[in-house]
Amino acid sequence: MTPLRALLHDSHFRRGARDMLDFAPGIAAWGLVTGVAMAKSGLSLPLAVLMSLTVYAGSAQLASLPLLAAGAPLWVIWAAAFCVNLRFVIFSAQWRVHLGHLPRGRRLAIGYLLADLNLIAFQRAWPGARREEGQVRYIVGGIATIWLCWQIPSLLGIFLSEAIPTQWGLGFAGTLAMLGLTYGLMHDRSTWTAAVVAGAAAVAAYALPLKLNIVVAIAAAVAAGLLIEQAERAGQKLKRGAT
Amino acid sequence: MTEGWSGALAILGLAVVTVVTRNFFLFPEREVKIPLWLQRGLKVAPLAALAAVVVPEIFLTRGAFLTTWQDARLPAVLASTLYYLWRPGVLGPLLAGLAVFLPLRLVWSW
Repeated sequence: MTPLRALLHDSHFRRGARDMLDFAPGIAAWGLVTGVAMAKSGLSLPLAVLMSLTVYAGSAQLASLPLLAAGAPLWVIWAAAFCVNLRFVIFSAQWRVHLGHLPRGRRLAIGYLLADLNLIAFQRAWPGARREEGQVRYIVGGIATIWLCWQIPSLLGIFLSEAIPTQWGLGFAGTLAMLGLTYGLMHDRSTWTAAVVAGAAAVAAYALPLKLNIVVAIAAAVAAGLLIEQAERAGQKLKRGAT
Repeated sequence: MTEGWSGALAILGLAVVTVVTRNFFLFPEREVKIPLWLQRGLKVAPLAALAAVVVPEIFLTRGAFLTTWQDARLPAVLASTLYYLWRPGVLGPLLAGLAVFLPLRLVWSW
C-alpha cells in the first residue's frame, strides 16, 4: 500500500475525520457566507479565490474585507488580522505538546492548517493533555476533513455570488457573522468592557486616516480590559484580607 | 479598493499572518513559556479587533453616523442579537439577521 492509502485506512486518521464531520454543516455554512462576503465586498474573483485558498482563517478574512475595501495600508490590514488570529498563538502552545516531536517542516505544515474546531474536537477525543500514539494521524484526519468542508462551500459562495446583485447588500452577512463571533467572546466584565471600548473608539476615531481607528481601538480596548481585570483582582485580594 | 498586484500582496501577507500565528509556539525547536500577563492580553485582543471592525460597519455610512432609522442594518442587528440571547451561536443569529435584512433591503429598499 502507498503511504497515502495506508493513511486513509488508518483508524486514528478515520476517527479524526469522523469527529470533524459532526461539525461539517456548520463549517460549510460558515464557509459559504465567507465566500459570498469576499466576492460581495468588492474583491475580484481571482483575489477572492486566492484569499480562500491561502489565508484559510474565516474571522481574519472577514475582518480584513472592510479594510481592503477602504484601501487601508497593508500594515494596518495585517495588524488587524494578526490581532484577530492571536487566539491561534495561544492554541499553538497547546498543540506543541502533541506536535513538538515532529520535524519542523511537518510541524509547520500541520500547524498552518489547524483551525479552532480542530482543537475543540481534539481535546474532546484526547482529554489527557499529554502526547499519545495516534494523535498526529487523528489531527491530520481532522485537518483534511475541515479543509474540504470549508474550501468547497467557500469557493461555491464566491462563484454563486456572481449571480447575486450587489444591491442586495449580502456583504453584510459577513458583518452579522462577525457580530455572533464577537458576542461569543464576551463572557465577563473585562471582555464586555474591551468590546464596548473597542467599538466606541473605532467609531470615535473613524476620521483618522489609514484606518488607524482600528489600531487605536484595539490598543484602547486591551488596556481597558487589562485594567478592569487588575482592579477586580485587587478588589478580591482586599476582600479576602478583610475577612 | 485594493486591487491587482497590491491586492494579491495584501492577501499573501494575510496568509503569512495565518502561518505565523498558528505556528507561533510550534516554530522554536525548544519549548517557550508564555508569561501570564501576555496570555491575558492575547485573550482580549481578538475580541477588540472584531468589535473595532464590526461596530463601524453597523453604525456608519461612508464615515458618517447614521442619520435615519430606516436602515436595514439596524433591525437586522437587533434580530441577530435577540436570537443570540435566545440561542448563542454564529449561524442562527446570522440567519435571523439576514431574514430581517433582505426583505427590508429588497422590498422597502432601506
